[in-house]
Amino acid sequence: MADYREIIGTYKEVPGGIIEAYHAVQNEYSYIPEDAVDYAAQIFNIPKAKAYGVATFYSYFKVGSRGKNVIRICESAPCHIAGADKVVAALEKELGIKMGETTSDGKFTLEFAECVGQCQATPVITINSKPYEDVTAEKIAAILAEYK
Amino acid sequence: MAEEMRIVLRNLGKVDPLNVDTYIQAGGYQALAKAKSMSQTDLIEEVKRSGLRGRGGAGFNTGMKWNFSYSAASDQKYVICNADEGEPGTYKDRIIMENDPQSVLEGMAICGYAIGANKGYIYCRGEYPYVVEILNKAIAQASEKGLLGDFDIEVRMGAGAYVCGEESALIESIEGKRGEPRFKPPFPPVIGLWGKPTIVNNVETFANIPAIVEKGADWFKGIGAASYPGTKIMTLTGDVVNRTFVEVPTNTTIRQVLDDFGGGIAGGKKFKAVQIGGTSGGFIPESLLDTPIDFDSMAAIGATLGSGAFFVMDETRDIVDVIDRISKFFAHESCGKCTPCREGTQRLHEMLHKMKNGTAVAGDLDLVERLGTVMSRACLCGLGQAAPAPILTTLKHFRSDYTGKFN
Repeated sequence: MADYREIIGTYKEVPGGIIEAYHAVQNEYSYIPEDAVDYAAQIFNIPKAKAYGVATFYSYFKVGSRGKNVIRICESAPCHIAGADKVVAALEKELGIKMGETTSDGKFTLEFAECVGQCQATPVITINSKPYEDVTAEKIAAILAEYK
Repeated sequence: MAEEMRIVLRNLGKVDPLNVDTYIQAGGYQALAKAKSMSQTDLIEEVKRSGLRGRGGAGFNTGMKWNFSYSAASDQKYVICNADEGEPGTYKDRIIMENDPQSVLEGMAICGYAIGANKGYIYCRGEYPYVVEILNKAIAQASEKGLLGDFDIEVRMGAGAYVCGEESALIESIEGKRGEPRFKPPFPPVIGLWGKPTIVNNVETFANIPAIVEKGADWFKGIGAASYPGTKIMTLTGDVVNRTFVEVPTNTTIRQVLDDFGGGIAGGKKFKAVQIGGTSGGFIPESLLDTPIDFDSMAAIGATLGSGAFFVMDETRDIVDVIDRISKFFAHESCGKCTPCREGTQRLHEMLHKMKNGTAVAGDLDLVERLGTVMSRACLCGLGQAAPAPILTTLKHFRSDYTGKFN
């Protein structure tokens, strides 16, 4: 795994590059380590409070640890009426965790998301940003098998 | 039967999005060459005269906006493409960028020439990393062939904040800050990114530009509704037979979009409501379906065209349950900068949740209406101002759905 210092350092000269740097760190770690936020403050020459402020403002970023595969379930209105709650129940049952939690082997984290822009085929979940469309409770096991 | 008309999606299925040569063969980049043969003021006048209005939801005349930046003296100006499509039920910008990214780049380059900017950004939502890849390839191919001239385009990724669709919040985000809207004025065309004059236009707006430059203002303003000419892409979701996208002239009616392209309500059920423009849009009952989709006709019925999302609900849907969900969305997405929105969205969600669970009393409806009205007037940006719209329009058209919940 590339060191976050190395990753953040490459964005030092990019104007407003802290968000791009956070994206790059999260791509590598699947989350943003707390120490990486402190380091970003140093590199971009801003107070730590601001670096935290940015990292925690955006729902796509997670400061602190998270599972290797992040499963996000859209609960916006079109997915809601299409039965997103049934998908949530099936995922919780299959993984043995509740929404917001991570499996004990660190492989999966379950999170709610708002619209992911695939509303032609609701309900939608994403795993590591890859969308799965028209998801039903029955499809969950097969989808997860790709990541086990 | 209403007919589809493709201006924005003119190249859909005809070009390979990953091969710029196919775009050139389809006549691509001729509009940029034509634009550069015109003076900046003639070009802006042509765009202004076409009547093109912003396709992101605000509906401001695009040429007039460009003129503000053109007129602002500055050593540096910027063009930003707003691809932070976050309005639930909307996926039109993704369709455009996935199928014809070069049209967007060409539209941005034309804008750059018009206002005197040599740098552009595309702010693409974080949920679309696969679109970012397409955009980066398209930019690399266009630059390699020198098609963009001295105009440089860079893609920046959003990170899951709905409020960043608001142009000044988007600018803050590109600057590497929390995406909180700025106080206005000054407006971005005069003081925008890093304090410089900046045009922020929607993906669909930019994709219209090459066609307008190529065929002229007169051609464009003859299409669709007189006060909001051209076409609009609508995305159909919910209880409709065809969950699809369609590009139609703006004088097409809501009913035509629903029936002729949506194929009516799924499962042989009856229509109950359609929410247009995204999750911040108004709910529309059966009696208003013959309204044309254009900006002003929608405003006249107390609704919005917004992003063009069509969220369709059948007779079995519990309006209060849907509104409860929508009010949670706004409580989550409020950035917290201004009090009416930060507090208002939370309180609205609390009260809607009570209504859904049957623990509300009749007086709560008045409270919700009062709070919603205050928010629509007092909130700093469009997010807070529009957040009560779904509630206020359903209280108007579907009030019995609420009162039926009282014990």
